[in-house]
Amino acid sequence: MENNSRRGFMGKAFGAVAAVGAVGSLVAMKKTWDPLPSVKAAGFTTLDMTTYQEGVMVTEKWRGKPIFVLKKSAEVMENEKGNPAAEARNIKIGDDNFMVAIGLCTHLGCIPAFRPAENDFLCACHGGMFDASGLVTKVPPPRGFDIPPFRIDGTNLILGEVGPEWQSMKDNGVTL
Amino acid sequence: MAHFTKATSVKDWLNQRLAIETVEKVMMSEYWIPKNINFLWAMGMVLVVTFALLLVSGIFLLMYYVPTVDEAFHSVNYTIMREVDFGWLWRHVHGVAASVVFLVIYIHMFTGIYYGSYKKGREMIWISGMLLFVAFSAEAFSGYMLPWGQMSYWAGMVITNLFAGGSLHADGLVEWIRGDYVPAQAFLGRFFMLHVLLIPLAIVGLIGLHFAALRIPHVNNQDGEEIDFDAESKKYLAGDKAGSKVMRFANDFMSKDLMVVGIFLIFLFYLVFWNYGFALDAINFDPADGLKTPAHIYPEWYFLWSYEILRPFPIDLGLILFGFAQVIFVLLPFLDRSPNTCPANRRGTMFKVWFWLMLSNMIVLTAMGKLPPEGIFSTIGLVAAVLFVVQWLALPFITSREKKV
Repeated sequence: MENNSRRGFMGKAFGAVAAVGAVGSLVAMKKTWDPLPSVKAAGFTTLDMTTYQEGVMVTEKWRGKPIFVLKKSAEVMENEKGNPAAEARNIKIGDDNFMVAIGLCTHLGCIPAFRPAENDFLCACHGGMFDASGLVTKVPPPRGFDIPPFRIDGTNLILGEVGPEWQSMKDNGVTL
Repeated sequence: MAHFTKATSVKDWLNQRLAIETVEKVMMSEYWIPKNINFLWAMGMVLVVTFALLLVSGIFLLMYYVPTVDEAFHSVNYTIMREVDFGWLWRHVHGVAASVVFLVIYIHMFTGIYYGSYKKGREMIWISGMLLFVAFSAEAFSGYMLPWGQMSYWAGMVITNLFAGGSLHADGLVEWIRGDYVPAQAFLGRFFMLHVLLIPLAIVGLIGLHFAALRIPHVNNQDGEEIDFDAESKKYLAGDKAGSKVMRFANDFMSKDLMVVGIFLIFLFYLVFWNYGFALDAINFDPADGLKTPAHIYPEWYFLWSYEILRPFPIDLGLILFGFAQVIFVLLPFLDRSPNTCPANRRGTMFKVWFWLMLSNMIVLTAMGKLPPEGIFSTIGLVAAVLFVVQWLALPFITSREKKV
């Protein structure tokens, strides 16, 4: 009986030591898989918004992801009128209107192609479609293009920093 | 200390220390196999041999492959393919065997389903086999990343995005898996590790479990007949080899097994030498480019059926059904409520239709997964995906009504 309780105690003591070690090593393993500080620090891109031409879709790069920048024509702006979902996504810099979005299909992350004639985006992977404001016009994508965090600084757009315009988009559920 | 005597031979020396004769009997000469089987029972040995080929060819590739985003593509397509003498052989053996191993796995699986080899004490064989299927899938995917071509990169992007869980938007989890915002050096490094060490270790362990699970219930036979292995083996050992329903694993069964392996190897090396193209996607001969998606992204043929279950639906439903398709096969021994262990064709019309419909539907899903998701193909894919789910949901009801045969 005495021996049994001693063995029981030794078993429990070992269990406690092993549990602490297991939890500790799991934490270390998890953290080892985290993105490195150098990866996180390289996450800012500044765009000069005066350089874009109307109706020409330009792909920039931010955090290794493609960023679609489309300066919208008056015609596109006319189409968007009365469509609150599209208006809410508009980024106004000076007198110019832009669609700026992460150029990855929200379904599984392929890069949709811009079709200048139709003024829309088509994803070749699973056939998803987006209009010029970045809203879904054909499933499977569950939502419009995500808008990267941005801050407007004069005529520059700084990607990766959170400005009031982006914060309000996020708060209103316009983007994730 | 245990008592040892002076050894009379090397065999006796080993026998005293390792009981090699007992081990040989348990594993080989007195491991009893039913006589009532056919060539489909050789698929296990075919898989063992294919796995060995993958391991050996992988060892030689590993000596020249460089797991960095700047050099991986070059080390595969230039160093291994052009500089290393016979480097092309290892790569083509590795690529072709990785594709063919899934063909044999599917044959092995459907043989098991057809003959009811997952029932009555053989559940652990089935479950460990399905775990092996999962491990092989992970091994195939991680290996597909390594040449760091366009298909590697975009398959890596799409598959890791699945872990965001659709509307759950677990982007943090996806970034954690990748170690970056997009697949990059951290991603390549960790998938390299998974491919050459962690997953192969798991596979070897699971193969051990799979074999161990087979040893006690013994292998099934063509009629699902319950054999008294003790009685039949006594008959065999007493000299009535013709009257006994069983034979030795080695050398009796092995000789037939290796005959099938020989024919398989001729087929495999025919592919390796003259028709290896199917295992090497043309698009993957373009280096990875994070700013350009290939026009069509599709997985290798062996993942197409489950990809097609994901594709026709909105993302959340698609993911749920995809998850369903991944795990449902594991549950087969518990979803099949029938008392019968015999070939599907003798279990009554319902299960017979269920089996052949499931097999053909998997082939239809595979074909649709390869075709662009447009027009009639979209519709056929959707119908086939729905049918797949309905068939599994119906299985317990169909089988519980089955009459005892």
